[in-house]
Amino acid sequence: MSVPLLEVEGLTVTFPTARGPVDVVRGISFSLGRERLGIVGESGSGKSMTGRSILRLIRPPGHVSAGRLVFDGIDLLALSERRMRALRGARISMVMQDPKFSLNPVMTVGEQIAEALLTHAKLPRRALKARVLSMLEAVRINDPERVAGLYPHEVSGGMGQRVMIAMMLIPEPDLLIADEPTSALDVSVQAQVLDIIDDLVTGKGMGLILISHDLNLVARYCDRILVMNGGEIVEECRASELHLARHPYTRGLLAAMPRMDEDRDVLPVLDRGAWTTGAGT
Amino acid sequence: MAFEPSTGVAAVRAGMLAGRAWGGAMSLLRFAIVVAGTFLGLLAITFFIGRVVPIDPVLSVVGDRATKEVYEAARQAMGLDRPLIVQFFSYVGDVLRGDLGRSVSTGRLVIDDLARVFPATLEMATTGIVIGVALGVPMGVVAATRQGSLVDQAIRVLGLLGYSVPAFWLGLVGLAVFYAGLGWVAGPGRVDIFYDGLLDPVTGLYLVDSLIAGEWDIFRNAVSHLVLPASILGFFSLAYIARMTRSFMLDQLGQEYVTTARVKGVPERRVVWRHAFYPIRIQLITVIGLSYASLLEGSVMIETVFSWPGIGNYLTTALLNADMNAVLGATLVIGAVFILINKISDVLYRILDPRARR
Repeated sequence: MSVPLLEVEGLTVTFPTARGPVDVVRGISFSLGRERLGIVGESGSGKSMTGRSILRLIRPPGHVSAGRLVFDGIDLLALSERRMRALRGARISMVMQDPKFSLNPVMTVGEQIAEALLTHAKLPRRALKARVLSMLEAVRINDPERVAGLYPHEVSGGMGQRVMIAMMLIPEPDLLIADEPTSALDVSVQAQVLDIIDDLVTGKGMGLILISHDLNLVARYCDRILVMNGGEIVEECRASELHLARHPYTRGLLAAMPRMDEDRDVLPVLDRGAWTTGAGT
Repeated sequence: MAFEPSTGVAAVRAGMLAGRAWGGAMSLLRFAIVVAGTFLGLLAITFFIGRVVPIDPVLSVVGDRATKEVYEAARQAMGLDRPLIVQFFSYVGDVLRGDLGRSVSTGRLVIDDLARVFPATLEMATTGIVIGVALGVPMGVVAATRQGSLVDQAIRVLGLLGYSVPAFWLGLVGLAVFYAGLGWVAGPGRVDIFYDGLLDPVTGLYLVDSLIAGEWDIFRNAVSHLVLPASILGFFSLAYIARMTRSFMLDQLGQEYVTTARVKGVPERRVVWRHAFYPIRIQLITVIGLSYASLLEGSVMIETVFSWPGIGNYLTTALLNADMNAVLGATLVIGAVFILINKISDVLYRILDPRARR
């Protein structure tokens, strides 16, 4: 972790509303090497917006500002849209939440994966096809030739998400943002999908930002964890030391998780008064 | 299948193909039944409404000064003394033999009249819808991609005008400006009077017939007559198509898979056309089909203002003259057009939408 892959300083995402601008991400800072970073928090805590703002994909009227947003020595905020586009997919990529909505319904799976590669590299047809098929194999799809010809509505959720991963990793990016990659999937295939992401990411020495609301999952698959609440980072710790977390919000989240070996009648709920500073929350 | 995967798969494929052929035959049969039923229903409703309205088709033949005997004779000759249900089935029988009866007001066979007036409407409506689609779709897409911009506002105002301006007014103003004022286009009618009747009606479409005959003068003249009314029709369908395209596109641009495409670094142009526009082609076909069908019904206003001998004009005249054979015949043609366009949309659906394929 000598030179960080990504440096974020004072990242703020603002949306105008009828009652004036609202900051959904409030000046957060963190850095990331070629490691696995987890961002956890409840809905609306700003974790997804953080992921999207790194790709500069916050649509107007949303607005992103930051003191520093540097990826591999490149100042992302100063890039032209054209240069930014060359970076998207090729160097920073993102696995989206639900394959039911995030795959184009009228393009075959193979076409969509091929497009991710073709956007950044000119390849002869045959080589392209070979790359797509081997990528599908890499995400453990048994019959890549057949699956490549299927439309998204013809594949299951777990397979759809593996297709999504193939699509996002085929240009071999340096940083993968996985935004709730398993929340739309059955519990039985969640681990399978995350194992695939984990294998490919560590195998290629990429950086990973895993965004999730599931503390256990993040603790298992990440090296470091950021806990977000109300657009701010309230806790930063090593995944292995999550149980030592001190912030009342994190403690509250941890306490609210049922355990196999205990016998509680009532799960505690979050006591928001313990940490809110008043503004907006 | 587990032991010999290749032959197993082949057998399944063959089974699927046979199933598909069988399914195809069944769906064709179902289609035929639906079409026949729709036609019969259409005929029945038009026929009975035509008989119930308080206008007397006999009077329109013999005039209101005829004696009782003459009146009765005409009534019997027209078969109107028989029970209604008998009349209906004898009419259906005639229709099946291709006999739509004789028009009281023109004195010609209805089928000949229709062969003359329908192509006139077809020519104008087709030109109109081509203009409407060629301009309306891109305008809708541009408006959606620049939501809230000046271009978007302008296109929305245009769409509103297309909704609120009366057709006859626009027709009259168009004639006053471009024909009488500027002299850019020819006036009412399909061709100038001295070209009239020179063409052999092969298709009944003047543009096509004049090309077949190699008559460039007539072609140019017909174009100059067609441009204004077709553009006005085009404007109305453009307004509708652009508005619908815009709202479909806005919906699409908010979809997750459009974001996925952006994440991949796909250029914006391709994001808009390949990822957002492709899926809405299916919805657009419905919109365009309905719009085209309504143009093919014949715009009575435009046809009247431009003295265009189309089906809208023909049907209105027939209605006012209690010319029931002509009304029924024209209604049948319009019904057939609707069914045909719907069926074409269905087929296109299946080609364009992988989810509708089986």
